[in-house]
Amino acid sequence: MNHSAPVQFVAKNMRVDLRLIAGMVAERSRVLDIGCGDGTLIDHLFRTKQCDARGLEIDMAEVTRAVTHGLPVMQGDADSDLANYPNAAFDYVILSRTLQAVERPREVLRQMLRISTYAIVSFPNFGHWTLRLQLLLRGRMPMTRTWHRMWFETPNIHPCTIQDFFDLCTQDGYHVEQWLAADEAGARAPWRRYPGLANLFGEQGLFLLRKA
Amino acid sequence: MPDLQRRREAAGIAWGHSQAHIGPVMDQSQALPEVAHQSVRFEDGLTLDCGRHLARLTVAYRSYGQRNADSSNAILICHALTGDQYVAETQPVTGKPGWWNAVVGPGKPVDTDRYFVICANVLGGCMGSTGPSSPHDERPYEPWGTEFPAVTIQDMVRAQKLLIDHLSITRLFAVIGGSMGGMQALTWAALYPEAVFAAVPVAAAAYHSAQNIAFHEIGRQAIAADPFFYGGRYWAEGVTPERGLAVARMTAHITYVSEAALTRKFGRRLQHATDLTLLGDRFEVESYLEHQGSSFVRRFDANSYLAITRAMDLFDLAADHGGALADAFRGTKTRFLLVSFSSDWLFPTAQSRAIARALNHVAANASFVEIMSDKGHDAFLLDEPDFHRTLSGFLAGCAEHARLS
Repeated sequence: MNHSAPVQFVAKNMRVDLRLIAGMVAERSRVLDIGCGDGTLIDHLFRTKQCDARGLEIDMAEVTRAVTHGLPVMQGDADSDLANYPNAAFDYVILSRTLQAVERPREVLRQMLRISTYAIVSFPNFGHWTLRLQLLLRGRMPMTRTWHRMWFETPNIHPCTIQDFFDLCTQDGYHVEQWLAADEAGARAPWRRYPGLANLFGEQGLFLLRKA
Repeated sequence: MPDLQRRREAAGIAWGHSQAHIGPVMDQSQALPEVAHQSVRFEDGLTLDCGRHLARLTVAYRSYGQRNADSSNAILICHALTGDQYVAETQPVTGKPGWWNAVVGPGKPVDTDRYFVICANVLGGCMGSTGPSSPHDERPYEPWGTEFPAVTIQDMVRAQKLLIDHLSITRLFAVIGGSMGGMQALTWAALYPEAVFAAVPVAAAAYHSAQNIAFHEIGRQAIAADPFFYGGRYWAEGVTPERGLAVARMTAHITYVSEAALTRKFGRRLQHATDLTLLGDRFEVESYLEHQGSSFVRRFDANSYLAITRAMDLFDLAADHGGALADAFRGTKTRFLLVSFSSDWLFPTAQSRAIARALNHVAANASFVEIMSDKGHDAFLLDEPDFHRTLSGFLAGCAEHARLS
C-alpha cells in the first residue's frame, strides 16, 4: 500500500467493530457495505452468514485489494453513487465509521434507507468525555486515539455525537431498531440503556435503523 | 517485386522522403499468407442485424486447457479490433507470441491448467472466420470484398454463441475481453445472461464515442485513398492498399498509447542522427509508427479492417435497449468485473464508470477497478501486475461462487 496517500477516513479498528455489525445482519441477506475498505466485513458475511454481500469503496487501492481477494467491490462514493441503486435493492446497507467523512450525511442516510430495508451506521462519538474535557481545558480541537488528525487535514468533516444522531433519526423519521455504544476497541459499553451516559462514555455509536 | 514497384509508380504514388523508410511494406507479397485455421462451419449460416443472411458461416477458433466433466470451466476470450484467436500461442502468420500471453496460460491469471479457454476469430475477421476475404455467397469464385454485409458486435457474439453451442457448453464460466473484446463481453452478458456466469469487459465502453468514430474514419479514408484500393476490389488486381492500411494502423496506434508512454519510450530522440539536417532525418517515434504500420499490413486484410471498425462504430448497447443501458442488464445474475486504465483516453475510465452505474441501477453484482497505469489503452495487453492480480482474484472468487472444483 502507498503510505503517502491521503487517509480517506479514520483508521478502522475493524475486528470487534465488525463482529458487532455482523451480529445485526440476518443470514442469507443482501448487503451493501459502504466504505468497505479491503472487504473484510463482506468476506466475513459471505463466509459466516452466506450473505450476498458487496462493497463500495472510495479508495482505489483498497478496491483493488478487495477485488484481488475475489470480493465484489466497486469504486465509488457514498455521496454520489448511492443514487444509482434501485429502491429496496438490499436488506442491509452498512456505513461503518464513514458517516462523519461524507459530504452530506443526511442525504446519505436517506439514500441508504431508500435502497435498503435496514441501515447499519457506526460513527465515532464526538460527545465522549475526553473530547469535551480537552476542548474545555485546552480550548483547542481535541486529539484522541479516535480523533487523531489535525482539524486542517482531517477527512472527518461532519463529526456528531450520539445524542445528535438520535435527534436526526427522530427528525427524519427513522426508527432505531437497535443501538449501542462501544469503546474504541469495539467492546460493548454497559450504559446502552441511557443515551446520555452513552454519549459521555461511548467512543463510538452503532445503530440499526429502518424507516418508521 | 520490381513489377509491384512499377505499378506503384504507374499509379502515381509519390512517396517523398518516406519511401526509404516504408520500403519494407512495399516489398511484401500482395496477398496475406494462406494459413489453415482450426474452424467450424455452420451450414445454416447466420442472419445479421442488418437483415442480410450469410448462407455460409465459418468460425475459426483456438482452445487451451482441458474442459472438466460438466464443461463448467470454459472461458471465452474475445479479441480486439486487430487481434485474433491465437491468444496464447505463436501467431502462425507473424510468428510472434500470442497477443495475451501475459494473461492466458498455465499459472497465468486466466489459468489454462484450471480453465478451458476458447477464443474465436470475430465475424468479419481475416484469420479464418467468415469475413470480406471469404467466398461471396452468390459468386463463390471471388471474395466478398466490400460487398460483405455490415456486421455488428452483436453479430460477432451470435457467431461465437454458435461455436459455444457446437462445443456443447451450456454456460460459460467467464467471458473476458479488452477494448472491442470488452464490447463483446458486455454483449454476451446482455444477449445471453443465462450463458455467462461472469463477464469481464476491460478498457471497454457501452458505445463507441464520436471521437473514436472520428479516428476510425481517418483510417478508413486512408485505406480508401490508397490507389491500390480499387474500390475494395484490390484482390482482383493482385495488390493490397498497404500504404492506406499502414496509415490507418499508425493513426490508430497513437490512440492506443498515452503521451506519457510515447515520451518515456521515444521522447524527442532522433534516429541515427544528432540533428534534423537532412530531409530524411527522423524522430524515433516516426520510425516506430512506420514499423507499426508496415508490420500490420502483413497480417491484416484492408476490407476486414473496414468491416470491423464499422462494427465498433455501430456499437451502442443502450440504444439497443431504448436508450437505457441498465435495461440491457435487468435481472442479470452475471457477476461483472469492469477494469479501466487511468491513462486510457480511447476508452477512458468514465466509460467504464458509466457501465458500473448502469449495473448498479439493476443491483447487479459488479466490481469496478481503475488500474493506475501510464501505458494508455494498450495497458490491457501489457505487463500490468495490478490488473493481472485483480483478474485472477476475481476469477478465483467467481470459481468459489460457481462451486467450480
